[in-house]
Amino acid sequence: MQTRRKTIQQSMVVAGLLASAGFPQFAHAAFNKAGFDAKSVQDAVKAYGGGSIAESKDVTITGPDIAENGAVVPLGASTALTGVKHMLVLVEKNPSALVAMFHVSDAVDANFLTRAKMGQSSDVYAVAIMADGKALFAKKEVKVTLGGCGG
Amino acid sequence: MADPMRIRAQAAGDKATIRVLMSHEMESGQRKDAAGKTVPAWFIQEVTATHNGKPVLSAEWGPAVSKNPFLQFAVKGAKAGDKITVTWKDNKGDTRTDEATVS
Amino acid sequence: MKHSISVLLAAGLMTLSLNGLAQKTASQGIDEYRAMLQDGNPADLFEAKGEALWTQKRGPKNASLEKCDLGKGPGVFKGVFVELPKYFADTGRVQDMESRLLTCMETLQGFNAAEIAKTAFGRGEQVNMTALATWLAAESKGMKFNLSQANQAEKTFYEVGKRLFFQRGGPHDFACASCHAEDGKRIRLQDLPNLTKNPGDGVGFAAWPAYRVSNGQMWGMQQRLNDCYRQQRFPYPSFASDATIALGVYLGVNSQGSASIAPAIKR
Repeated sequence: MQTRRKTIQQSMVVAGLLASAGFPQFAHAAFNKAGFDAKSVQDAVKAYGGGSIAESKDVTITGPDIAENGAVVPLGASTALTGVKHMLVLVEKNPSALVAMFHVSDAVDANFLTRAKMGQSSDVYAVAIMADGKALFAKKEVKVTLGGCGG
Repeated sequence: MADPMRIRAQAAGDKATIRVLMSHEMESGQRKDAAGKTVPAWFIQEVTATHNGKPVLSAEWGPAVSKNPFLQFAVKGAKAGDKITVTWKDNKGDTRTDEATVS
Repeated sequence: MKHSISVLLAAGLMTLSLNGLAQKTASQGIDEYRAMLQDGNPADLFEAKGEALWTQKRGPKNASLEKCDLGKGPGVFKGVFVELPKYFADTGRVQDMESRLLTCMETLQGFNAAEIAKTAFGRGEQVNMTALATWLAAESKGMKFNLSQANQAEKTFYEVGKRLFFQRGGPHDFACASCHAEDGKRIRLQDLPNLTKNPGDGVGFAAWPAYRVSNGQMWGMQQRLNDCYRQQRFPYPSFASDATIALGVYLGVNSQGSASIAPAIKR
């Protein structure tokens, strides 16, 4: 099994290659195994250099109140703040909390929409990790239910 | 090679909204097949995008992203006629790039 | 996970029965969820595939489907979906979209129609069949159903479809009508449209083919009907059989004038 140290070493190698190729903002483009193995929201945030998460009105999480099926739940993470490095989308009660991580370059809005699998009703989080490591979040509850037999 | 993505890129004001549909199983690695064996994880890990050749988006995904993933993001300063490419790479090393013109 | 779902349902049902207001809220919530999924329907991926298959030279005869007559003349694909099923003189049969695609795949491309009909959904040529059906439905999106009942065979098939709709059988003594012959019925949170009359735009017959998010599969009307029979614990009807076509005529004629939203996105 690949040790965490080895993973980080490999990430650094890729990061180094990318940085030297002139894409410094993608210095972390390699898959962050630690982040996606993390069980809790806080651990996933830590894997990307974020500190203790603090709730903030400046971050927005969008999603349905009830999802007819947990296989496809539309979730959006956004913020109007500047100086954001990463936007994370997380489902607290999933086997691993982190769904997706978006680098925020100055060429894109810090506003991402995707669809996630939810194993059960859970709080979902949008976390903005700032350049200084501050981690700001918004959360909401999404109830997951089963529909009927078809149509 | 994997099935093509559907990319829609629409300019409005000072940015373009990009909507992408990708064709991928996004197998979580949590399911068991009829014989009781775990179906191995098979999912898109990295997504990148360029605008007129310049890298603008980089993302890491886990197996919790839904099957046949949908992604929406906005590129600042993109206008009609500009080229957008989107690339994904999965945990088996398979990759796919598709391009669209901003309308 | 099964346990927590049954707990959730039990709790949910209790809440629903105790408070009628909660029911409206849940239903509104589901409507909102469905609306959120409209933009970005994975059916687009199948539609794109179907569009490519139409012009691609394939099969033992290495030919495309571009001369296929789906009811409005060879090669015409726009608007055909909302006029099917209908009678075709060349085969002497009333045919629905998937049945007609089978005819064209055999006569134009040399495929073995019987083999394709026996192939399971989601395998082999059935994958291409579904993609073509999705694309053809998209080429009629928003148009109103306009099935012909001019031909005697079409009229007969309507009556056969109606009989089949109400025919009770299987170990539960179900019929299509058990779920779909009354207003205001639902199974858990799934509304059941009354298909004995026009259920309105984009409902019932007007909503298939559809992408089902629960299993990530694209379903044509043939698969939808097949699964209805499975749910009733009936034997499965054969793919593109007269029985399924007759049901399509009954459902389609009842939907006359309402708009198709296919390919749709469903739970």
